[in-house]
Amino acid sequence: MIELQKVCRTFTVGDQKVAALRDIDLSFGAGEYISIMGPSGSGKSTMLNMLGLLDRPSSGTYLLDGGNVTDLNDEQLARVRREKIGFVFQSFHLVPRLTAAQNVELPMILAGIPVDERRSRVQELMRNYGLSERADHRPDQLSGGQRQRVAIARATVMKPTVLLADEPTGNLDQATGWEVLKLLEGLLEQDITLVVVTHDAEIGARASRQIHMLDGRILSDEQQTK
Amino acid sequence: MYLRDLITLTSSSFLTYRMRSFLTGLGIAIGIAAVILLTSIGEGLHQFVLKEFSQFGTNIISVQPGKTQTQGGNVGIFGSARPLTLQDADALRRLPYVEYVIPGLMGNAEVRFEGRTRRTMVLGEGRDFGKAFTMKVQSGSFWTDADDEQARAQTVIGSKIQQELFGETNPLGQYLRIGGQRYRVVGVMESKGQVLGMDMDDAVFIPAARAMELLNRPGLMEVNVSYRADIEADVLIRLIKNRLIEVHGREDFTIISQEQALEVLSSVLGILTFAVGALGAISLLVGAVGILTIMTMAVTERTAEIGLLRALGALEQQVLVLFLGEAMMLSALGGGLGLLLGIGIAQGLHLLVPALPVHTPWLFAALAELTAVTIGLAAGVIPAMRAAKLDPVEALRAE
Repeated sequence: MIELQKVCRTFTVGDQKVAALRDIDLSFGAGEYISIMGPSGSGKSTMLNMLGLLDRPSSGTYLLDGGNVTDLNDEQLARVRREKIGFVFQSFHLVPRLTAAQNVELPMILAGIPVDERRSRVQELMRNYGLSERADHRPDQLSGGQRQRVAIARATVMKPTVLLADEPTGNLDQATGWEVLKLLEGLLEQDITLVVVTHDAEIGARASRQIHMLDGRILSDEQQTK
Repeated sequence: MYLRDLITLTSSSFLTYRMRSFLTGLGIAIGIAAVILLTSIGEGLHQFVLKEFSQFGTNIISVQPGKTQTQGGNVGIFGSARPLTLQDADALRRLPYVEYVIPGLMGNAEVRFEGRTRRTMVLGEGRDFGKAFTMKVQSGSFWTDADDEQARAQTVIGSKIQQELFGETNPLGQYLRIGGQRYRVVGVMESKGQVLGMDMDDAVFIPAARAMELLNRPGLMEVNVSYRADIEADVLIRLIKNRLIEVHGREDFTIISQEQALEVLSSVLGILTFAVGALGAISLLVGAVGILTIMTMAVTERTAEIGLLRALGALEQQVLVLFLGEAMMLSALGGGLGLLLGIGIAQGLHLLVPALPVHTPWLFAALAELTAVTIGLAAGVIPAMRAAKLDPVEALRAE
């Protein structure tokens, strides 16, 4: 499903070159549950941006669903992101001016999906995530857990192949955090590849595959068998 | 992305920042209102003046002394060129197609009747004045002396002179002192009101020869020739020109047809309206700066949101359209408000000062709104491009 081959990413800070990713070789299958852990500066955020096609490798190759996405232009990348990738952020990133339902609808609006189809998909998701009564509320009228659920609904509304979650429980209390994680893990049944970036070992330990990063390299890549 | 969604998304930010959007829109509204108000008054004046000018009748050609070499005023009226005389007027009267020839000049003099005096306009005219121009005699008639040179001391008075000097007395047959000379009143004009700022009711009409003497002038200020309606003005102009050159030996006069005068006037007033409108457009420029400012702020404030949109798969072009749309909508709404304001103020002014003519052509209104939208578009381009070109990774990091 996802394959990174010798991917490097270097940034130029001042006149120094800093390598954020060094020769990363990875491959994820459909329905796989991966956690990426590491201290700050280890390259896990860059990895996430790379996987999410927000950033391009300086060298190396990225294959997504068998297609090479390394050399696509910005517009093509945007379309691939739209179709195949969902993002969940630590700070939710909901548009404050729009209602919960409109936030969920946003990716479909950008994709130009007809109104009727949009409405039924939004309703279905809001129902599944227990948000039906909150559909017309704005984000500031929602609790943290509800906001993250809206964000997850938005990330999955286009039925992506990969869901990238960046510290999804970072801004939530523990109980709500677990609920959100369970919700994310439930998506695995739909054969979504779930990638959770965290520095919380307890959360990382829930994933069936745990990747530790340090200094832009993969320190360990462990498959757990339950 | 559907247009409907675009409108939903852009209007959501107006609804959130109501005050701010209102004030920004107000900048454009004031500009549009100024343009509409000024052009409404300009256009109103335009129509008013044209109406005033043509109310004397249109089949009239005016000959003035002195040759105009360039466009503009003719100095001959005020003096030094060879004068037009009553003989010239007689010579024109014998031309074909000519109906009436009215020699004319004007000045000011004191008029007195039984101890009441008034300073008023004195118009030296010909006997056919009432027939050539669309001005009616209410009672009595113009003098009928066939010889302009020897016309007796008779006068037709304006309605205001009648009211002010005669009151209840029937003026016909009475003697009125004009500049010290006695004139018998033979007619009273119908009230005509103001024409180009001159009160035609506050005037006395006397034979041109007498007026030249009274006002101490060597010649006429103009000779007006009325001609048959089925004849082209150009034909008459040529005839008059040839005849006068024959008499004078050279072309030392200027011929102005009503048609030409209206054309020139119309174009001058058109330029005036345009200039006044352009003045109002400066405030539109200020409004545009307001939009530029607010959109630049919006892009900075919503950097994280732009990052999110890009992560959700928004194309650069979609981000561009969203911000451009917002700028355009701001200015379109402001423009609409400005139209209402401008037309409202113009009509309000008209109600308060009925003498002030206002007229708002629909074309102006449509053009003004189009201008507003274009300004929004132009002002929105730079901020919107900046938004579209933001690096998604950087933008997402902004909080």
